[in-house]
This record gives sequence, C-alpha cells and structure tokens, in this order.
Amino acid sequence: MINAHGCCCRFLLKMPGLVFVKESLVSSLPVQSVACTAFMSHFSSTQLVIKTCRKMGIQTVAVHSDVDSSAVHVKMADEAVCVGPAPTGKSYLNMDAIMDAIRSTGAQAVHPGYGFLSENKEFAQRLAAEGVMFVGPDTHAIQAMGDKIQSKLIAKAAGVNTIPGFDGVVKTAEEAVKIAQDIGYPVMIKASAGGGGKGMRIAWNDEETREGFRFSSQEAASSFGDDRLLIEKFIDNPRHIEIQVLADKHGSALWLNERECSIQRRNQKVVEEAPSTFLDPATRRAMGEQAVQLAKAVQYSSAGTVEFLVDSQKNFYFLEMNTRLQVEHPITECITGLDLVQQMIRIAKGYPLQHKQEDIPINGWAIESRVYAEDPYKSFGLPSIGRLSQYQEPLNLSNVRVDSGIQEGSDISIYYDPMISKLVTYGATRAEALAKMEDALDNYVIRGVTHNIPLLREIITHPRFISGDITTNFLPEVYPSGFHGHQLATDSRRELLASAAALYIAAQLRSQRFLLSTIPQERGKWELCVELGKDRHNVEVTRSGNTYTVSLSFSFSLSVEVDAGRVEVSGEWNLASPLLPLTINGTHRMLQCLSREASGEITVQYLGTSFKVRVLSKLAAELDSYMPEKIPEDTSSILRSPMPGTVVAVAVKAGDTVAEGQEICVIEAMKMQNSMTAAKTAKVKSVHCKPGETVGEGDLLVELE
Amino acid sequence: NHELQKNPDCCPSSAPLLPLDCRWYSVSHLSVQERIDKKRKAALVGGGQKRIDAQHKRGKLTARERVELLLDPNSFVEYDMFVEHRCSDFGMEQDRNKFPGDSVVTGQGRINGRLVYVFSQDFTVFGGSLSGAHAQKICKIMDQAVMVGAPVIGLNDSGGARIQEGVESLAGYADIFLRNVTASGVVPQISLIMGPCAGGAVYSPALTDFTFMVKDTSYLFITGPDVVKSVTNEDVTQEELGGAKTHTAVSGVAHRAFENDIDALLNLRDFFNFLPLSNKDASPVIECHDPSDRLVPGLDTIVPMESTKAYDMLDIIHGIVDERDFFEIMPNYAKNIVVGFARMNGRTVGIVGNQPKVASGCLDINSSVKGARFVRFCDAFNIPIITFVDVPGFLPGTAQEYGGIIRHGAKLLFAFAEATVPKITIITRKAYGGAYDVMSSKHLRGDMNYAWPTAEVAVMGAKGAVQIIFRGKENQAEAEAEYVEKFANPFPAAVRGFVDDIIEPSTTRKRICRDLEVLASKKQVNPWKKHANIPL
Repeated sequence: MINAHGCCCRFLLKMPGLVFVKESLVSSLPVQSVACTAFMSHFSSTQLVIKTCRKMGIQTVAVHSDVDSSAVHVKMADEAVCVGPAPTGKSYLNMDAIMDAIRSTGAQAVHPGYGFLSENKEFAQRLAAEGVMFVGPDTHAIQAMGDKIQSKLIAKAAGVNTIPGFDGVVKTAEEAVKIAQDIGYPVMIKASAGGGGKGMRIAWNDEETREGFRFSSQEAASSFGDDRLLIEKFIDNPRHIEIQVLADKHGSALWLNERECSIQRRNQKVVEEAPSTFLDPATRRAMGEQAVQLAKAVQYSSAGTVEFLVDSQKNFYFLEMNTRLQVEHPITECITGLDLVQQMIRIAKGYPLQHKQEDIPINGWAIESRVYAEDPYKSFGLPSIGRLSQYQEPLNLSNVRVDSGIQEGSDISIYYDPMISKLVTYGATRAEALAKMEDALDNYVIRGVTHNIPLLREIITHPRFISGDITTNFLPEVYPSGFHGHQLATDSRRELLASAAALYIAAQLRSQRFLLSTIPQERGKWELCVELGKDRHNVEVTRSGNTYTVSLSFSFSLSVEVDAGRVEVSGEWNLASPLLPLTINGTHRMLQCLSREASGEITVQYLGTSFKVRVLSKLAAELDSYMPEKIPEDTSSILRSPMPGTVVAVAVKAGDTVAEGQEICVIEAMKMQNSMTAAKTAKVKSVHCKPGETVGEGDLLVELE
Repeated sequence: NHELQKNPDCCPSSAPLLPLDCRWYSVSHLSVQERIDKKRKAALVGGGQKRIDAQHKRGKLTARERVELLLDPNSFVEYDMFVEHRCSDFGMEQDRNKFPGDSVVTGQGRINGRLVYVFSQDFTVFGGSLSGAHAQKICKIMDQAVMVGAPVIGLNDSGGARIQEGVESLAGYADIFLRNVTASGVVPQISLIMGPCAGGAVYSPALTDFTFMVKDTSYLFITGPDVVKSVTNEDVTQEELGGAKTHTAVSGVAHRAFENDIDALLNLRDFFNFLPLSNKDASPVIECHDPSDRLVPGLDTIVPMESTKAYDMLDIIHGIVDERDFFEIMPNYAKNIVVGFARMNGRTVGIVGNQPKVASGCLDINSSVKGARFVRFCDAFNIPIITFVDVPGFLPGTAQEYGGIIRHGAKLLFAFAEATVPKITIITRKAYGGAYDVMSSKHLRGDMNYAWPTAEVAVMGAKGAVQIIFRGKENQAEAEAEYVEKFANPFPAAVRGFVDDIIEPSTTRKRICRDLEVLASKKQVNPWKKHANIPL
C-alpha cells in the first residue's frame, strides 16, 4: 500500500454517505457488497467508497433523494434506491426508508460515509438488530464518543489531556450564562450531538452567551434532533491538529500521523494539510499515543479521528473524537499510502491490521482545499446556489486529486452542504504541494455558482500561511475587515491590464475573420483605454511577433505599454475555452475568462480573484465621459437576502422601530442560520417575507423608512 | 454660434473679366477650394459647438461621433456633405439657417470589414428635423444599399418633421417609408433610436427589421405626453409613454435597449456580425474555436424529472451554441418564447425556443407574434432556424380569444410553414396539441426533427386527455398512468417518423452542427406568387 516512490500515485475516492454491501462477486473477497448514499457534500465520499468497493469486487447500492437521482454516485453504483424527497429529514436522515432500502436490495453491509447517519448510534443499533454489518466502529464507541460530555470524561480517564473548564448539559439561556461565568470568558458553545463546527459559537460576554445558546440549540434541534448543548473554555490562538487512528477488532490500534486543520471559517475547516508544520516528532508521538490510548479505551474498531487543540507552547487538549471517515482523510492517504476505506472494510469484516506503527511513514506533503459553492466576500463564505453551467476539474495536472460528487449541469441546491469538492495536491515538499495547489486552483473551472477559489488561493499564497504561522483565527486576523479578494500590486495590476487588452484584441481580430470574404488588413498597433474599478489606464499595444495566427486558436506575441511600464505578453488561446494560458514577462499564468461583452466589459479570473475591466478604444474612452451616470439604488433602507434560503424567523413587523444592528429576521440555508440585522436605526416600512418562505438571493425582505 | 455657417463672400465676381486667363482660372480655383474647405469644416461641426455641448450634456453623442464609433476606424465615406435644405419660408433662406449636409450625416463604411450604409440624424441642426433634403440624402444611400446589397443602419435622433417645409417634409418621410418597404427582405435594415423619434417618424424604424433603443435618452411615440393629456386627459411622462422600458417590455416595438450611446453602438457592431449582407448572401460563417463535436454533458440532466417543473431554456441554448454567445432579441417581451441569434460551428443561426420558466412556455398572442417576425427575418436572409420545443399548448382564456389568438397564433404557424431555410427542431419535453404542429414540426417541412428521451408528443397532458377519453370511468389514476405510459414519451412520434431520431441531449450540438453542414446546400422553393397573405 505504501508507495516506495514517496508520492501518492493512487488517488482514491471516498465520500460520506451510506453504501450498502450486497453480494460478493468473488467469494474470496473479504466483504460482500456495499452501497449507500450521501448528500451533495457527501457524494464525493460515496463515490470513494464505491470505487474502493469496486476494486475489492464488492457490489454497491447507492441511496439518494429525489433531486439527486442523476448524481454521479448514483450512476456509479451497481444499484440505486430513492429514499425520499430532498429535505434531509425525509431522505438521508430517514432511517425507516433506509432500512427498507437495505432489506429490498439485500445489502449485507452499510458504509455510512461522512454525512448524516455516520455517527448515529441508533442507526448502528438498528443495523445490528437486522444483522447488517456497519462499516465503522461498534455502537458503544459511537455512543461514547458521540456525546461530547461523556467523551471528555472517558478521555480524561484514559489519560488524554482535556480542555479545562469542561462542564455539563445546558437547558436555559440563564443557565448557560452562569456556566460561562464559572468557566470564565471566553467560552465556546455548541451542540452536544453535532460534529464539526456546526452549532458552535464563541461568546465573550453574557449577552453573546444568550445569543449563542439560542442559535446553537436551534441548530442542534434542526440538524440533529437533539437540543443538548456544551459549554467549555475557549483557548485563544489555538491550532486545530487531529490524529488519524486505525483500530481493529483484536485490540490493536495505530496512529497515522496528524492533519492540521487550523484554517477555518465559522469553525468549519477550509484548508487542511498533512503533516503539520508545527509538530515536532516528540509532540507527534505524544499526541499519537494518547489518541491510540483513547481508541483502545473505548474498544474502538475502524478508522477514527481524534481532534486536538494545540496552543502556542505545543500543549494539546482533546477536543473530540470523530467515529467516521473524515472529509480531509485523503491527505493522510497521500502521505501514508493507505486506502482508509479499504482498511475500514477489512476491519469491519474482522481482519487484523496489516501494518505496524513503525510502518507508517510521512512521505511528502499533502494539502487539501475545500472548494465550496459560497461567496467568500460575505463573512468568508455565505452559501450560493445555481446550476454548474461549466465545470472542469484540474485533472490535467499531475499529483492532483479531486473528490467531488458533482458534474457539469449539477444543481447546487439549498438543501445540502455547499461543498463542491475536496481538492488535494501532493508534493515531495510543502512548497511543491503549495505550488501545485496554486496551479490547480487556477486551472479549476467553475461557472454558474459563486465559489471560494479566490479565498483559497489567497490563503495558500499568504506569507503567514507559507511560513506556517497559523491559528484557527487565521482568517479574521489576516482579513479583519472581511475578505476583499486579491489586492493588486503595481506589477500585477499591469499584468492584469495587459492580459485584458490582449483578450480584447484577440476577440476584435477574430470578429473580422469571416470565411469566404476578404479579411481586412490586421492592425499591428492599438491604442486602448482599460478601466479597472474607477481608474483608467492608457494601454498601447504593438505586435512584437511578425503576425497573428487566428485560425483555430489565436497565437500572439504582444508588447504592451501600460502606464509607462512595459509588459510582454504572448500565448496561444482558444477563445472558446475558459482557460487562457499566457506568458507575461516570462512568467506562465493561467487566466480564466469569465465573461466578454460587446461593450468591452471583460471579467477575468486572475490570481484566483475575478476582476472586471472595461477595454475601450481610445476614441470610445474619450467619448465615454459624456455618458450619463446611472444612479444606483439606495441600499441602506432595504434589507435583501444575501443568499438563497428559508426564512426561519421574522422579528419585526411594519411600524416597529429598530435599532442599528438589531436582528430583523433569520435566514437558514444549507443548515446554517444567518441573522439579518438593520443597517440603521429606523422605522420598519414594510415586511416582505414570512417564516417558512423560501427566498432567493437579492430578494427584498424588509424595507425601512 | 452661426459664424461658421455664414457663407463668406468669396465669389470671384470682383475679379477682372479676362476670358481664358489662366491667372483668373487659378484664382477661382483657389477660392473654390477655400469654399470647399469652409463648407466641409462647417459640415463637421453641424449645429455648432454650443449645440454640440448641449447634446453632450444630455448624455448623447453627436451624429458624427456615433458614426465614428459604429464603423471601423477611417472607413467612413460620407455622401452629400454639401447638400443644404431648400426652404425659403420663415427666414429659412438666410445663410445663418443653412447648414452644409443639413440635419443628417450619410454614407457608407465597414463594420469588421463588411460594407454597411449608415445615416445618422444630427440633433444639433434644427433638432435633427427632417427636411426634404434630409430625406433625399437618406433615400440616396438606401437606393445604393439595395443596389449593391448591403445593410442599412439608421441612427435616429430627430425632433420630427421640418415644420417650416410643410408637405415637403411629409413627402420626405413617405419617400423613406417606400424605400424601407421595398428594401425589406432585400437587405437587413436596423434602426437605433438615440433620441426622440415622434409622429410620422416612428414608422421608418417600425418598418425596419430591428429597432434598438438607448435607455433614458430615447423615446418613440406617435404623439407626445402633451397631446395625450389634451386628448385623453391621461398624465404620462415621456419615459412611461415611449421610453426604452416601455417599448422593450410592454409594447414590443423595440427589440432591445442598451445602457448608453457607446454601449448601444458597440453592441450594434457585435449584432451586425450575425447578419448576412443581403438576401443573396448565405448566412455568414466566422472563424470558430468551439469544437463542433463538443459534447454538452450538462444537458443530460437539465430537464427535471417532474414534467411540471420549470427549467431555463437559455441554459440549453447557451450550452449548445458556439462559445455560449447568444444575442437575444426582445429579451424582456413575451418571455415565454426566446428568440435570438447565435452561431453553430461559426455559422449564424436563428434560435427559437419555448421558455418553460415563464408561463410554462405556452404560446400566446405576444409570443406568437414575436416568434413569427423573427422566423420570417431568418427565412428572408437565409439564416437556418433551430427550434427548441417545450410547449404545453396555446394559452386559454377570454383575454386571449378576444385578443385574437387565432389569427395571431396563425402568424407563427404561417412563418414556420413558409420558411425554406434549413430548419432543425429539438423537442426537449412537451409538444402538446396544435402548438406541437406550429413549432417547426416535421409536418411543416422541418428538415431534421429530434426528440430528447424526455419528449412527450401528445394532444394534451395526461390529466386532460384521461378526463375526455375515460369520462365517467372510476379509476382515473390508473387510466392516467396508462396514458402516460403510452403517450408521454417520444415513441408515438418516432414510430411514425415525425421525429427523425431520439437523441442523447449531450450530443445535440454535434448533431446540429453536422446537419447544418449537410443542409447548407438546401434548395426549396415555394410556388410562384406575388406575395403570400400572412394573417396580419
């Protein structure tokens, strides 16, 4: 399993979701067939499971909801069963329907992936009752680790470092405040039953504790059907580092090194890497050994993850244990060479571990970026929806792995997590893996939904990230006033303007190339004006090669004079392709054309961020000053939905007076609640939404006077 | 600022009468040259700097600036720069009221290297009003355009008739109208309304193939707000009565509106590239970088499982055409049908598609008329027509019946039936009832008719059909299921050869590009007639 070359040449797919096992095609194989389903974000895991199963000769059955009937994982599986309509409570969380599906297909095992029921003890119990194998740990381990309060007690008893100020179940807001005061601020509030960062809020005072309590308990109820909460001491400047463990049913356990997942937004992971730049071998071993101790303490069997918070002194504290395959597991596979899904299936079938601790290497470096369908300019990412009109993964590059459950034409709906894919790059060194990630992000074509590639690319090229100086507060620390995209320096601005001018010229020249007619003399010199934001730049372009070739592709070599600076641009473009590779002053860049209008407006993705420029001839630019300015709508007195979603609560009615910052209504999208607040103190003029209503991005919610 | 227009006294009458004297000749020559230069100079500034400034202040460009932006650099060849109006009443005969070229700039030039005739009305000269001379200049270029076979673009910015000239101005309008009509179907005619256009003047744009407007600065109406107030006592602003929004969304008079003069002119250049130069030319083919055999995987999942659920026909169109480049005509009017130009493997095609997102994509009066006019333009100018069908039928109701849906719906039927250009039809989902026949069906000489696997070709939806066939039968649900099984699929049409093939949606682009190559040499002639009698 471990690649002797030290590189991860075998990219495996795995995803969350259920997979049922059916009948073994080859009787000597360890497991029979599996198949199950997942959600949007989880489809990729389902695919991974299906791929590994296929490799192992196992038949699979995918389960899916109405709206996912044409999803990739459904097509990949040997069989598919629809378990209900889109809302997750009626499909992927609907245990009755899933049990029916298992019976009707005769599945013998279920791989739960990493979504929905993957850590649900009741589900595991029901499977056990029917004699269906659950590819994952035993019920008691899920139960022990699924409860955040109990898990800490167990961890403590097993000799694992735990976070100080640990406390119990909370029922009312006032109780929450009291507990918080006892622990001392800041505190973290989250749902006991929930995994990941969902329902997790940090409170610095009593008021925030009350608010956090309300939100967390609502989210807990809506996502997990269990409104218990947990409050604990919040560690400032922490790093989130987790240990992958693998334990069999014979009492053996291994730690497969760490993953650093400190780059988070709203406590959800964004960029992960393995190994961590921060750990020394001694700390790594100490963490690994504690993780294994915990696994053994709960007689864990299967793959699991023990999450730690690590402070600046390399003190580490147990956070929680995830009893499932995690979204970020591929990076561990990259550096260790193990196929975790295969290991899980082997363990479930009762085989002992194949490896010894000393067999587990750290080969090279792997980085994972979570590509989300969300707008990074709004709170580092608010969900966006749409149809993927164009979608092209950067699989042309080596050492790049993309786990996704979607394809061109897929709809990103409001029902599920907005994850598009996990983009993993691998390199012999961290620098190599990072450079590859930069390339991969530049080559990733996503059209039709807003995505977070601008943010991802900024993170992985930020000096602090490159030097490894990160904490879980990285984003708010680096972007205190929010993320605003790539900030152009003099050189990069010049390069952008020159590229835009080249694109304009390419389109202009091509638009004269009618077949069967004389092609007019092609110009060798252009005087243009390129607008970027409010600034205008004079751009003079001269042909530096002998001629242009436009047929089938546009190959060119241009010398561009931008604001008295010279840029040499050359390339060969297919104007129908969204990817425009070019060489700017000797540097290779991948430009993406997002739109090109007759009016000269060009939107390009450059260094990850999309920039809108307008290229005009000199004459048009001169005359442009006479054009009337269009007056934009006054937005301070209207509240529009920043994203598509469902209205959960409306706190005001017409005639009410609201204070600036006061909550007006709550919108839920992709299982996340967002509080909409008033931009100014005013009287409410009219309310245009009702609780329960579905709203689109930009829909008018409330008008103020 | 009329100094420039004043004729300087450079007449050689004061020169000594020395016949055949070469000195006299050269003096005269010099002075003529001077006069030429002066006139030219005067013509270039139209109504003078003050008026030009006023024009700019309104957010509008001058007639010449517009021509320059529209045409390729240095390609404009001006005609009739020296023409002046001939009115001698009301002091018009005075020199200060004479402007070389009068209130319109005319000539020919190139757009991306292709010939076009242009007139651009000059609002700085008598508010762009139409004199006999003005009309004569326009008629001259129109005549030549028809003769050589090149499109005519009119940039309209005129207060109306030159009232001082009375009937001569009216005659001028009629001369233009006549040419608009005779040129119709011979060369493409495009009007871009860039200022006021009122009264009789509106009928010239109305006769042309396409009318575009500039937002906030252009108006089209028969009578202005003042007259409306005095006759009907309605209070209405210019913008409400005849602004770009009104005509592109409510009346359907204009085909599209643009943000400002520059945006409009640059878009017009783009639009021009789709058009053949005349009815003798084939549909133009431009160099294409988009592979003709490109598969479009997204189309396999675009039609929702539930036949009542909407989707956006534009997603299909954008996916199939070259480089997702679609120039939509009338995007804000009768949105239940989508029409516009695109290219397939570089060749211009006209696209017609029902829009399930709006009113389920049904056909009603407005959408029928919109579709019919577009189809006829394509047919007149050899542009192949690609039709995407998802139509539940004609819209029922008294509003439609009283409005004459029968004769208006017939227009679309007439247009498709009459068209002899290559016609390719793709049934994406519903093709119900008479609307199935209308939408470029095989029966109306469709050349290639395809069905996607999601197609349902039937007389009506299952529910309605079952209520009629099994009236009174108890188990309606069962009957409905039977009907769906039998008819809600492409087979009934396919077994009869009414569709040529059932294709995977993702292969649609490939199929269309291949068919268009084959059909490029299509020849089909309707029986001789003076002209057909479309149900107007």
